[in-house]
Amino acid sequence: MFITMIPEIGHFALIIALLMAVVQAVMPLAGAATRRPLWMAYGQSMAAGQFLFVAIAYGCLTASYMLDDFSVANVANNANSLLPWYYKFSAVWGNHEGSVLMWSLMLAGWGFAASRFTGSLPRDMVARVMGVMGMVCGGFLLFILITSNPFERLLPNMPPDGADLNPLLQDIGLIVHPPMLYMGYVGFSVVFAFAIAALLGGRLDAAWARWARPWTNVAWAFLTVGIALGSWWAYYELGWGGWWFWDPVENASLLPWLTGTALVHSLAVTEKRGSFKSWTVLLAIATFSLSLMGTFLVRSGVLTSVHAFANDPDRGLFILILLAITVTLSLLLFALRAPRVSHSIGFNWLSRDALLLINNVFLVIMTVTVLLGTVYPLILDSLNLGKISVGPPYFNALFVPLTVMMCVFMGLGSAARWKGMAAKDLIHKLWWAGAAALIIGAVMPLLYRGEWNLLVSLGIVSALWVVLPILRDIVDKTRHARSFSAGLRKLSLSYWGMVLGHVGVAVTIVGVTVVSNYNIERNVRMSPGTTVEVAGYQFTMSELTERRGANFLADTAIIQVQRGESGRRFTMRPEKRLYLATGMPMTQVALRPGLFRDLYVAMGEDLGDGSWAVRVQYKPFVRWLWLGALLMAFGGVLAVLDKRYRRVAIARDIPASTAQRYAAQKVTL
Amino acid sequence: MTPKRKQKLWVILGLVSLAAIAVGLTLYALRANINLFFSPVQIAQGDAPMARQIRAGGMVKEGSVARDPDSLDVEFTVTDYVDDLQVVYSGILPDLFREGQGVVVVGELQADGHLYADKVLARHDENYMPPEVAQALKEAGYSPADYQTSAADK
Repeated sequence: MFITMIPEIGHFALIIALLMAVVQAVMPLAGAATRRPLWMAYGQSMAAGQFLFVAIAYGCLTASYMLDDFSVANVANNANSLLPWYYKFSAVWGNHEGSVLMWSLMLAGWGFAASRFTGSLPRDMVARVMGVMGMVCGGFLLFILITSNPFERLLPNMPPDGADLNPLLQDIGLIVHPPMLYMGYVGFSVVFAFAIAALLGGRLDAAWARWARPWTNVAWAFLTVGIALGSWWAYYELGWGGWWFWDPVENASLLPWLTGTALVHSLAVTEKRGSFKSWTVLLAIATFSLSLMGTFLVRSGVLTSVHAFANDPDRGLFILILLAITVTLSLLLFALRAPRVSHSIGFNWLSRDALLLINNVFLVIMTVTVLLGTVYPLILDSLNLGKISVGPPYFNALFVPLTVMMCVFMGLGSAARWKGMAAKDLIHKLWWAGAAALIIGAVMPLLYRGEWNLLVSLGIVSALWVVLPILRDIVDKTRHARSFSAGLRKLSLSYWGMVLGHVGVAVTIVGVTVVSNYNIERNVRMSPGTTVEVAGYQFTMSELTERRGANFLADTAIIQVQRGESGRRFTMRPEKRLYLATGMPMTQVALRPGLFRDLYVAMGEDLGDGSWAVRVQYKPFVRWLWLGALLMAFGGVLAVLDKRYRRVAIARDIPASTAQRYAAQKVTL
Repeated sequence: MTPKRKQKLWVILGLVSLAAIAVGLTLYALRANINLFFSPVQIAQGDAPMARQIRAGGMVKEGSVARDPDSLDVEFTVTDYVDDLQVVYSGILPDLFREGQGVVVVGELQADGHLYADKVLARHDENYMPPEVAQALKEAGYSPADYQTSAADK
């Protein structure tokens, strides 16, 4: 009895969560406006309750999947009784309804976390943050209940078995990619709530920035990992060996990442120097709005890609309205209140402040160009001006030079001092780094391939110019310590976070540069006995066989690979699978990964007469792309673990009188 | 001018010039890299430019796919049931490329009237029709039900 009711329990839990979100949106804000502590206190408990009930709903949907309850439309459309249990588990978020539910779960989770770790924040600030979080959560829960109910039943015409999960999504990459990405997207809602609360309360100081920074860093780190996982997934799952397609959906995740990166840096300036306040707030609003826009683009059906599940114009409209309300209200608030919270603090043009500002501007320009390339075709189409598509050359033509310019300032910025420094000092500090970067960068392509290549040199110079000034800075910082290692230990965790983040950027740049310029791809016709040579490796197809998997049939090619004449031999087994429930074919790539090169073999199509079209690729340094992203994310997390944030967490226990004293200081701004 | 104002002026000038460069580069890059979509009818009427990258699409005509026995060269016909377009491609066709299903090809139209494709796109969904193709077919006077059956008939 209980088991048959699981979907209804989930549905009911969602409705309760929505009601709680409404209370959370109204009461704390009203309390903050009328100075009633009791009303303000509603925020935290509602956030906890809402998280609990969304989690119950999510658990119910997962249970329906696990129990093969095909009377639930969502389960029937996206699962099959043959599916292994872990894919049933991950199929929950492999479709529109389930992924929006997961999104809401994470939103509620972030809201709950924000309500627990309020630090030394004054009570009215907490109340306003909770209120804004409540509005956002409420919007999404309403979206689920009105347009995308995951618990809809197919009664009485219940199908005997499900339609199966899209084979492309039956993969470890899919199990982790969306949750990571969503954690990032949704995490920015906390800093957004903070920005709005600051505008509402008319208070924005270093303490505010110190509070908002860890949240932003964590969200940003999740988003970074999410994007990297997506790229990795596309690399080995789609069978082309591409790692970034400038597909609108990829762009949708890149946009908040770009402004989020700017935000992380701008917050650093706001905390350290008390400047760039309105800019920080604007970036927080922009980042969250772009996260929403990403959702709109993916869910509305204006785009067609692997990510656009069953589409429905109502959903697009709903998110568009949500987006419009968010952007309009927050910008209106910004226009009215920003002059009150900002005040300018002077700095010299040769200072870390200024260099960070310049790169912030570059990041925003990148955002605008990517945004333009992504929505321009949509706008033209909606105005009936023709169907166009904007290809990768557009994005590369803009993104590459902008990144190079940004690297120039990144190198300068990590060695420059706050507030200002003499040009002479900076040149003295960095001339050798510049010279070394230029020389090594110019020579590298010659050493690696025996042929000069401008783009490769440019990439290597940029990467070195990002890393070498940091090395110089570390040497300077440890100079006065007893020993080098003692000096290293003295450096703060947030400093190490910065170092890792920037090294990650350099590593990614090297990866992108090398794999884009030295990638070797050969499409060949192979039958048993055929040998092809690619980049010094001999690929010999020894056999073509068939095998049966859990829910698919596969043609497998067995390919013997040998490096040179006498190198090590190994076997690669690419497959072409046919999934039984959907009848969909899928390419299963054979990969031989390595830090400096990947070998990549994918079966194309059966050409008849016993031969297959096979795609053989040699991809140097491709792992560096994702390695760099992981380093960046790790840097972001390391910065959060810095001592000064831990102190904030302890300060939570300070009695309310201190908080009131903080509140009294409000006038000083 | 006070130093503060001077600084502000520089900031604004800097921002304006950066924005101008960005807009200029963007428009240039957009102009050079936009691919317009054409259906076989439009190409037959001579609407599509020659030797410039375009996208075209329609249904793959049944029985038109011809593979060269020694290489990966392939030719096939894309049709909107009014006019046909001969496509020449070398490489691996996507998993979901089938006769009688919708495709989009990206490539250049040459003087012999053939489209030399660099890319062939078919989507990962059995019943999927690329929206451009669906609309082009609609303009050619077919409803979705028609082209499903007429593809099956041929």
